[in-house]
Amino acid sequence: MYDYGTCSKTFIGKASTLSSSSTPLLQVRNLRTSFKTAEGILTAVNDVSFDVNHGETLGIVGESGCGKSVTALSIMGLVPNPPGLIEQGEVLFEGRDLLKLSDAEMQDVRGNGIGMIFQEPMSSLNPVLSIGRQIAEPLEVHLGIGGSKAQDRATELLEMVGIGDPRRRLADYPHQLSGGQRQRVMIAIALSCEPKLLIADEATTALDVTIQAQILELMKNLTSQLGTALMIITHNLGIIARYADRLNVMYAGKIRETGSAEEVYLNPAHPYTVGLLNSVPRLDQTESERLDPIEGEIPDLLNLPSGCAFQPRCRFATEACNDSEPPLEAAESGQQVACFESQAVADAVASARS
Amino acid sequence: MTVEAVHPDSFSTSESDFPLLSVKDLSVHFPIKRGLIVQREVARVRAVDGVSFDIRAGETLGLVGESGSGKTTTAKAVIQLNKPAGGSIAFEGQELIGLSNSQMRPVRRKMGMVFQDPYGSLNPRMRAGDIVGEPLKVHGLADSKSDYQEQIASLLTTVGLNPAMAERYPNEFSGGQRQRLGIARAIAARPDLLILDEAVSALDVSIQAQILNLLQDLQEQYRLAYLFIAHDLSVVRHVSDRIAVMYLGKIVETAQSKDLYEHPLHPYTQALLSAIPTPDPVLERSRTRIILRGDAPSPLSPPPGCRFHTRCPIATERCSTVDPNLRFTEPDQSVACLLADGYEEAD
Repeated sequence: MYDYGTCSKTFIGKASTLSSSSTPLLQVRNLRTSFKTAEGILTAVNDVSFDVNHGETLGIVGESGCGKSVTALSIMGLVPNPPGLIEQGEVLFEGRDLLKLSDAEMQDVRGNGIGMIFQEPMSSLNPVLSIGRQIAEPLEVHLGIGGSKAQDRATELLEMVGIGDPRRRLADYPHQLSGGQRQRVMIAIALSCEPKLLIADEATTALDVTIQAQILELMKNLTSQLGTALMIITHNLGIIARYADRLNVMYAGKIRETGSAEEVYLNPAHPYTVGLLNSVPRLDQTESERLDPIEGEIPDLLNLPSGCAFQPRCRFATEACNDSEPPLEAAESGQQVACFESQAVADAVASARS
Repeated sequence: MTVEAVHPDSFSTSESDFPLLSVKDLSVHFPIKRGLIVQREVARVRAVDGVSFDIRAGETLGLVGESGSGKTTTAKAVIQLNKPAGGSIAFEGQELIGLSNSQMRPVRRKMGMVFQDPYGSLNPRMRAGDIVGEPLKVHGLADSKSDYQEQIASLLTTVGLNPAMAERYPNEFSGGQRQRLGIARAIAARPDLLILDEAVSALDVSIQAQILNLLQDLQEQYRLAYLFIAHDLSVVRHVSDRIAVMYLGKIVETAQSKDLYEHPLHPYTQALLSAIPTPDPVLERSRTRIILRGDAPSPLSPPPGCRFHTRCPIATERCSTVDPNLRFTEPDQSVACLLADGYEEAD
């Protein structure tokens, strides 16, 4: 369960003086998170580094087991230990390394500095407390806003997330709300202490498409109004294309390609990114051509192939890919790519287009 | 009720004029009962309310809609897993409503079904080979033990699995492989129609694309007809020849796949299309989005008039009183909206 944590005013004050817009809001450095299983050590996130700037939207995209959710849980200090363990790395949020904070200090950051929304609003909300109580709780306990003032603030928050007749809805319980409304309540709670960063982990995956569109627009509008940075974690390439300024493409625990949305979508240079884009049927393609999927299966993290983890499924793989793992390097079109054959990939994409 | 709309002669995409499956004015209602000992019906959910469509041999009809639109209930009615309240379901000219279980058995051989959850729909205690071979046993399609084994091996090969995997149990397969098993089982008895209910929805994109290609191959190879049910309109459009869009138990629009994207007529279809983001940042940022208000109403108490009027961006007074029938505006496009281009009400 997610602890909305303490929203102490002092922390907000201190933090905002520490940060300046020139340094990134969040810097993840060489993060490695693993889990102990009966079959061995499973490295879910393997040497991942990236930044989130103030007010920007970063997308993290990948398939099951690529490490996108574990990255978010590591940032939030929510990796259960045991079996999970953050083996190495730094998570610098406004200059402070979150991995070095005590549990109490970390509770301060959660909700206050960083808010998070999960896929299942029903299991993130407490079923026996009214939603008014759940929104007011962090306000009362940590911001010192109590009684009718907390109710007023909770009403404002519900109104902000587009729930009609908010004053009366405060008395409702989670089961009385639809899936979309529950996710709105989650957004209200996550934004109640005006965090600097909001992490949405597959927050709209379980919703119907028309509701998904409502929730995404709401999240995007609110974060841009409040100047909150947004990290959208999803398997849906369309959502990232629409909302993210930059994106990380993850595969088997590592970032394989990262750059601006335009760079990565228009000139993909990692064969996995190309494969993903070719796997999705597109509404704007007039001919329903055959899809060109990636061969094979998503690898078992306990038994990763040698060299580049994508190499057994890759059409561009050479000897070198088997021997060592390619580092993230700048590609011609501007983004960073972890592939020895990125030039060949980019050329193939360009010639397929023409 | 709504439909005389689907004329048998309206779609001539396939060579045969005789539809494989013809559903007319189908209604499925679920009673809501109260009372401990004496149960009485207090309300009725009209899960499917006057739905009509045809599927020809070798053709794919996509059925798209959101939760509660009645797509799965329609599919279950077709294979008689729930009892329709009214209407007709004709398969190869034979009426299915009212058939007994034993009369239904030979018909079921000709219809296969693939479900969304490959984990829940495969018996974990059966070996993969026996899961795939069960329809062969049920319908007596194997002459001998060796014939049975050979057919299983050939089915596994057809869906892209190694025949040696027949000895394994479902938990030893990945999600994509399980869905391949589900498909192998569905085609084992050589059906003419496959009902695919959210069959690729739970899969990762790279695996989903593999399964979609497999389905395309099988259709060409065996001239299968598909009733392809999904909530993802981009996937539905990719596989379907024609699409029917459902909302709260009714079909609101039918069209050829390409027409639906290029000129959708119903405001719900338009909103659905605009809600789906395409993986192209330049295109996405230039698109305007229609954001629908609120949630879909409960099928327990659908609004009067047009069921969509409570969320419709263009609804007028009349929409809250008049329930529009599905009518053809083009030879191969029909719509149920008073305000749609070319829609004419009957006198």
